Amino acid sequence: MTSLRVFFIGGLTSYRALFYWLTPWVYVPSLLVAPIFQILLFVYIGRSAGVGSDKFYVIGNALQYAAIPCIFAMGFAISGERFQKTLGYILVSPARRLPLFLGRALPVMLNGAFVAAFSLVVGDLLLGIDLPASALAPLALVVLVCAFSCTGLGLITAALGLRVRETAVLANIIFGLLLIFTGANVPLGELPGWMRAISEVIPLTHGIEAARELADGAALRDVAGLLGTEAFVGLGYGVVGYGLLRFMEWQSRLYATLETA
Amino acid sequence: MRAAVRLLALGWLFHLKMLSRSAFDGLLGVTWPLFFATIAFFLFRAGGGEQTLLYASLGAAVMGIWSMTSTSAGSALQRERWHGTLELLVAAPANFALILLPLTIAMSTIGAYCLVATLLWGRVLFGIELQVEQPLLFAVSIVAAVVSIGALGFLLAVSFVRYRFAWALGNLFEYPVWLICGFLVPLSLLPGWVRPISWALAPTWGVRAIRESALGGSPLPDVLLCLGLGTAYVLLGVLVLERVLRAARARAVLSLT
Repeated sequence: MTSLRVFFIGGLTSYRALFYWLTPWVYVPSLLVAPIFQILLFVYIGRSAGVGSDKFYVIGNALQYAAIPCIFAMGFAISGERFQKTLGYILVSPARRLPLFLGRALPVMLNGAFVAAFSLVVGDLLLGIDLPASALAPLALVVLVCAFSCTGLGLITAALGLRVRETAVLANIIFGLLLIFTGANVPLGELPGWMRAISEVIPLTHGIEAARELADGAALRDVAGLLGTEAFVGLGYGVVGYGLLRFMEWQSRLYATLETA
Repeated sequence: MRAAVRLLALGWLFHLKMLSRSAFDGLLGVTWPLFFATIAFFLFRAGGGEQTLLYASLGAAVMGIWSMTSTSAGSALQRERWHGTLELLVAAPANFALILLPLTIAMSTIGAYCLVATLLWGRVLFGIELQVEQPLLFAVSIVAAVVSIGALGFLLAVSFVRYRFAWALGNLFEYPVWLICGFLVPLSLLPGWVRPISWALAPTWGVRAIRESALGGSPLPDVLLCLGLGTAYVLLGVLVLERVLRAARARAVLSLT
């Protein structure tokens, strides 16, 4: 029961306290308007280069933008505690670590899914993309799975936040790498072999591919493999992220570095 | 007059040194536009046009100047507020505009690193060979672009002085300016109603001047338009600043927003 409370109530409370982008003054420009401009930028670059359709860029960028709320918010959820001088209190508390850390990830994931879904809908309406009605529910599932895998990656960023000071810079760099490697904008066939190999093992690649197939009329069962792979990748990153968090916690106790990074 | 020029020059140098201190920020500043440049290079290469690849390379090179300016300028005054120096600077005998302008121009000057990095990135990884046809005018165009983008940053900074989350608005302007100033997309591809907005933005003329001088056109009209708009931003910014500071003093909200 205590673990459930730590997971749901503790997670939501810390999210509301530490993800200071929730104020409309930041949320609207950063998470609702900026992704639309990102979509428009790449749609026009694509038109100018004569590569890819509008639908290709709308889907790719809408899903890829889930990375911003997921990675940044996970970073804030941990490094924010240090900034507020409360990290020490959290880590000396007897609360179980799994619900403590994963509880913070749940609202992050839901918000990431909302941002991606919003971008997809607005991008669709602005550019007149013809998405089949039958694809909407499966696309919602893809959005959720993509947000899950991004949150897994966000856990790793959060863990690194216990060691490096500039988590925002780190999150921006990860976001930029996802922009290139996931096939959100560059068709995977255009990437060199070593980049394609990396794209196979990072969040979003398979989710974006699944969403594009659904938008082209495929059924959910046709993309089940891609969706499963995306979820598996996300789970892998989540496990590594959680392990890294525990490792960093242990290191910070060992070397008394919790407040020094 | 001499004192004003001295303040501008020393302020620029001082802020340039301050901004160069954070290696992590510098890393992001240089790499951030490279992500977008890389995507553009892949796409234009896939599209097959050697000339468009060169066009994109020059546009992508200027993107970094705007990136370095937009977010930082948006939050420039907020940062002074955090440091507790805003009131001191406003109360100083020197005109506050002369203190703020070199800061935003220093920000765009840092963006020149991105310009060099992007051109090198395109050359080394994508084999984009750039033969600058008019080196002197190329250098003049870069200076004009940097100064006018810094002036646009000044206007942004003073416009957002009462806004606590100015960095978010600064961030927001990054993509639209990249798009509508024709950095990577020809203006002819954009809807007709966007073009007058593009013409009112100095980066449009800055990137045109850089392209014209590199590829062998006539960049001087673009340079003059770029500098003219930059001057207009500064004048407008000074007017806005006077008004904002007067209101902040009257309501005692300079440090409270």
